[in-house]
Amino acid sequence: MPSLKDLKNRINSVKNTRKITKAMQMVAAAKLRRAQEAAEAARPYAERMSAVMTSLAGGVAGSPDAPRLLSGSGNDQTHLLVVMTAERGLCGGFNSSIAKLARTKAQELTAQGKTVKILTVGKKGREQLKRDWGHAFVGHIDLSDVKRIGYANAADIARQATAYFDNGDADVVTIFFSRFQSVISQTPTAQQIIPAQFDETEGAASSLYEYEPSEEAILADLLPRNVATQIFTALLENGASEQGARMSAMDNATRNAGDMINKLTIQFNRSRQAAITKELIEIISGAEAL
Amino acid sequence: MAGNLQFDLVSPERKLASVSATEVQIPAAEGEMTAMAGHSPTITTLRPGILRAVTAEGVKSYIVTGGFADISAAGVTVLAERAIPTEEASNSVLDELVAEARSLADAALPEDKAHAEKIVSDVTALRDTVQKR
Repeated sequence: MPSLKDLKNRINSVKNTRKITKAMQMVAAAKLRRAQEAAEAARPYAERMSAVMTSLAGGVAGSPDAPRLLSGSGNDQTHLLVVMTAERGLCGGFNSSIAKLARTKAQELTAQGKTVKILTVGKKGREQLKRDWGHAFVGHIDLSDVKRIGYANAADIARQATAYFDNGDADVVTIFFSRFQSVISQTPTAQQIIPAQFDETEGAASSLYEYEPSEEAILADLLPRNVATQIFTALLENGASEQGARMSAMDNATRNAGDMINKLTIQFNRSRQAAITKELIEIISGAEAL
Repeated sequence: MAGNLQFDLVSPERKLASVSATEVQIPAAEGEMTAMAGHSPTITTLRPGILRAVTAEGVKSYIVTGGFADISAAGVTVLAERAIPTEEASNSVLDELVAEARSLADAALPEDKAHAEKIVSDVTALRDTVQKR
């Protein structure tokens, strides 16, 4: 049975924890709003880009001189997995679920006899994957100094990923990130970016357009941009997901701390009452003995 | 006078402009082109240069680097990798653009070298025209 003083200390410490988690939740809520706005603002560009790419790709696909970023390198032996996670923890299962998806995929590919290479973006994912897949790491991109993710960051990652492909060090590049659905729901997603994949069904409008320069030249110019755009979208989605996950994790933590304080307070009151009763009994029985 | 067309300028990070314009001058890869209402549907890539939109409130100009323009009879959508309103483009911003293009050109693979060098010269020319004003 803990003493009254112990209980009091315990209650105070849980109260402090609750204050911290509450503050973190509110900070995450504010950051989430900003992250969502950023994702919203980036949407028109990404949508137009993918619409134009789809119609262009529909016209060129299958032709022998299609750019390599679209048609691939001819085999799929080496896979580069770009795993994008957060730089910070305390956001529930956010980092683990992305890492888990990447791990499953890596195991699947190795079982098929493929070579797996991993490029990590964000510290937390790297830490989680290090034990099992440390030997497959080919690089790490640190975004911990970046306050606001810009297109330049995405372009940088895209350049590195494309360089692996161009040098023949990777045949397929897949990105792993968390798609933001709502504050309480984020879906870890794997998306193949090289060779590029498009919805075949929408590629009908291409014949209406005139192209200047040729269709192939435009495609060759746009494919690297498309890679960067997809990575940028993924980074923004990831940013929003992280804050959403942190917000709900901290909301839970705050609620749990509240429950714990209630429970401890009841225990504290009971033991205090017990101590008072005990003293009274001692006094009364002492008086009776006289 | 011809009718108006919808002009949208989008960069990856945000939408910069969405106005109704009478004509839009685009620094296309193979030379300047002007789009007016009723233009035949065209997709063209951009080179670094100045994009001008003539609107009811006057001429708006932007410095754009790379990207493409999607022109249709009803409107023009420009997707630029980087777009800066000309009045916000200070010398330091322009110098930065040139330095960036230069470093990319230096890092480029041999087969992309010529293309990258062309971008450098385009950006340098762009800086000189803007600074002259």
